[in-house]
Amino acid sequence: MKKTAYLSILVLLVTNITSYAARNANQQPATFINAVFNHHPPKAKAIWLNKTLKQQIADILQHPYHGFRIHYWQQQGKTLWILDEIGKEKPITIGIIIQRHKITRLRVLAFRESRGWEVRQRFFTSQFNQVALKKDHQLDTPIDNISGATLSVRAITKLARVALLLDQSI
Amino acid sequence: MKSVSICNLKKYNRKKTSPRNHYFKTPLLTAISATLLSLSLNPAAFAVTDEEFRQLQDQFNQLADEVENNKRAPASNNTHIGGYGELHYNNLNNGKGDAKKQLDLHRFVLFLGHDFNDKTRFFSELEVEHANTEENGVVEVEQAYVQFDLNNHTRLNAGVILVPVGIINETHEPPAFYGVERNPVEKYIIPTTWSGGGVMLSGHYSNGFSYDVALHSGLKTDITKNNGTDIRGGRQGISEAEANNLAATARAKYTGFRGLELAATVQYQDNITQNHSNNVNSATLIETHARYNINHFTLTGLYARWDINGDGASSLQRNIQDGAYLEAAYKITPNVGIFARQNQWDNGGTGDTRKTQTNAGINYWPNENIVVKADYQAQNETAGNFDGFNLGIGYQF
Repeated sequence: MKKTAYLSILVLLVTNITSYAARNANQQPATFINAVFNHHPPKAKAIWLNKTLKQQIADILQHPYHGFRIHYWQQQGKTLWILDEIGKEKPITIGIIIQRHKITRLRVLAFRESRGWEVRQRFFTSQFNQVALKKDHQLDTPIDNISGATLSVRAITKLARVALLLDQSI
Repeated sequence: MKSVSICNLKKYNRKKTSPRNHYFKTPLLTAISATLLSLSLNPAAFAVTDEEFRQLQDQFNQLADEVENNKRAPASNNTHIGGYGELHYNNLNNGKGDAKKQLDLHRFVLFLGHDFNDKTRFFSELEVEHANTEENGVVEVEQAYVQFDLNNHTRLNAGVILVPVGIINETHEPPAFYGVERNPVEKYIIPTTWSGGGVMLSGHYSNGFSYDVALHSGLKTDITKNNGTDIRGGRQGISEAEANNLAATARAKYTGFRGLELAATVQYQDNITQNHSNNVNSATLIETHARYNINHFTLTGLYARWDINGDGASSLQRNIQDGAYLEAAYKITPNVGIFARQNQWDNGGTGDTRKTQTNAGINYWPNENIVVKADYQAQNETAGNFDGFNLGIGYQF
């Protein structure tokens, strides 16, 4: 049994190491933007953050936001936001599409944390579909946590709230 | 045709001038300012063309880019630090005059990580338990591994790794779990926190399945204590650890259904005494757990069992050691959660050896990374009959 177990591990290692060079992680934001707007994306706009908006974003993130503005893309009543936030150690980059102040799609474009990869999966991101922002800047639908990925779930939920807030502010 | 007030531009520039831009404060700048001021007195000078407006917009954006990039610079550093810790107060009594009233800085942990590039990184965890080493504390490296991304869904960890088993063993930051003390089933059966030196391959698939396969340093139980069947005492740490017998661990996990986690781990080691005894030899650990999270409810169940081979284990009736717990938790608000947990475990031996412990309590998160905890504990006679309450504060960053 011992030899079989060791051999199985060795086979798995070898087969996976051979695919080391074939790594194709994460979707580039530009690719996502192109796909959303059928390869004819509008020119990026920027929302400049006034003091109130900056404070509201800081309240959601629970830390200050240091930028002056946030870029977005807008076409035919649809806005697209590319935002990132640290989960535990590394920034998670997500793309969010909003129509009529509701999220129509949320996609994790880059996940760099060592744990919590489950947040990239559709079963998690689909929870955000048709979610809107309440007056207290909380989402109007609870987002189910994933065991072992609490910080990543939290970061993505915050970004969804920020995107909806920004969408309301333009 | 659009127009923009030059006075507004001047106001913007004045606001954004930082000490780093002291070189602007020159006679030349004074002369330019004076010229602009005199021009501003002439209403005709207020108007700019669309082209000029676009140029000014571009200049603004370039300036903002530059400042924002400068602000981001420290965060983009490739070396990361973090940590967690927890202070506990136990007020327990067994009704026989034995009281356990103590304050304990149970854990003080520092993380240090470094990204070598996009697909190779280092992660470490240095832990001080019980504040110092003069009494019963320890300082140890709990994790120190290099992680390679093999492809989009496969990673290889090499170094000191946490054994992929149970719930608490890998995710044990205080704000992440209920109860002041970690649950006794994972502590005395699995036994968490359990790390080993070796390699681990981890992969996940879009359907929600994931796996971990690890080959790592195994247990080295003390053959003078219960014939070498003391599993928890057999954790070696990675200080010249004996590697006559490595352990192989495999875990499969399913998280493809919203809110659900199902996992099972199997571990095998040929001789848990590192060949110091044939009286106790191979051992197999099986662990499985389920957690379901819906809205504000979380229900968790875990079962773990060791099967130890050898006459030395069976003669002491310590060849099977197992335990289970069931926990229900409810978040009253985003900052307050309550829980109840029933634990039962048995490390074997003669007579009635089945231990039980009930916990119920509350977690309060004043900040998402800080938790204040209180819980009530009741044990049966076999477990020590220590009843009472625990208080704790924990943090992570």
